[in-house]
Amino acid sequence: MDRIPILKLGGTLIVTIQVDMHDRLALALEEDLTAMIVRTGARGVLIEISALEIVDSFIGRMLVSIAAVSRVLDAETVVAGMRPAVAITLVELGLELTGIRTALNVERGMAMVQARLVEEGDGHGSSRDGHEE
Amino acid sequence: MSMDGADVLKRALTEDEAAILEAWYISLREGTSLQSGRIREAELQTQAKAVFGQLRDGLSSGGVDADADSYTPLRENLADISRSRAIQGFTPTDTANFVFSLKEPIFEALRRKSAADASALAAGVWAAGKVLDRLGLLTMEVYLASREEVIGRQGQEIAELSTPVVRLWDGVLALPLIGTLDSARTGVVMENLLQAIVDEEAEIAIIDITGVPTVDTLVAQHLLKTVAAARLMGADCIVSGIRPQIAQTMVHLGVELNVVSKATLADAFALALRRTGRKVVRQQATVTGEHR
Repeated sequence: MDRIPILKLGGTLIVTIQVDMHDRLALALEEDLTAMIVRTGARGVLIEISALEIVDSFIGRMLVSIAAVSRVLDAETVVAGMRPAVAITLVELGLELTGIRTALNVERGMAMVQARLVEEGDGHGSSRDGHEE
Repeated sequence: MSMDGADVLKRALTEDEAAILEAWYISLREGTSLQSGRIREAELQTQAKAVFGQLRDGLSSGGVDADADSYTPLRENLADISRSRAIQGFTPTDTANFVFSLKEPIFEALRRKSAADASALAAGVWAAGKVLDRLGLLTMEVYLASREEVIGRQGQEIAELSTPVVRLWDGVLALPLIGTLDSARTGVVMENLLQAIVDEEAEIAIIDITGVPTVDTLVAQHLLKTVAAARLMGADCIVSGIRPQIAQTMVHLGVELNVVSKATLADAFALALRRTGRKVVRQQATVTGEHR
């Protein structure tokens, strides 16, 4: 089964969703991402969904739960580049993704994540970067 | 019996064409559609002649059932005529009378042909009535449908006209709403706003509801949906232009907006500038009227 790649950039994990999300893919992503956050000690997660054209309630809920899991692990989730049609669909489905920060594009999303890292005096990536087990 | 009637009618139409058309022209001329000046006599006569010809053709192969295939050209022609009248602003009476005014000349012709044979006359009159009534109804149906279409289009145009998205500054958009928000309009508003956010790469959108007459729970819900959708795109929303009465109504109704709201668009704009790290200053304290 194919999986969505997760890239690590400093203290941030970047996921870009380039394919149509189906349910198993979404579940796998949540699993991989959680494991990755724990392994790398990432503080920010940037999910880029500008290529995502179709969402259903399940995918919407997955985004919420990814954000919730990340928050538990002290990483903040930013969803970037949502298309207007997707935004309308999610709102109509009653999924307003409260608790997830949003950004218009990757650039702004990255700035948001970086701003948080800098705020916490951790601008140069993960604290565990140097001494990984 | 009915075939009989159709035959009688067909004979009358074929043999008495000139007289029927002449009488029809006269009654059309007396009708109000010509006097209103919306259509010229020559055009009306051309239409009448075409309709008459198609009616005769339809009758010769399809009997008196105006829904039969042989009447298709006639039905299409009548639909066209009716549609154009609806758009030109004819009254329903004028439109329906175009067909119904053909009755009298046909009845006259039937009487001339079958005065001696009462049962043939009755059958012919019945056949003519049946066909013409159906055609008249069809004209009205198309007329009404066209009017609905016109009204629908106007509604859509109003919706589009009244939901412009304006760019106030780099990254700051304003959406002045005018008129009541219903679900259909909310959809248009939302789409316009979100597209504008993408196009302008906006960070802040100000939704100004000065022109919204009342804010009840439903309107508030629609507003909140728009705000939520904009937030999903990564833009913050500020609601402005809440008039005193509306603020009171909202509180009394228990409507909560749960978004940043400002009394005026100017306040909202100032906040937006502040949030994007900008400031409006007066260049010289002595110069009045210059704000930037």
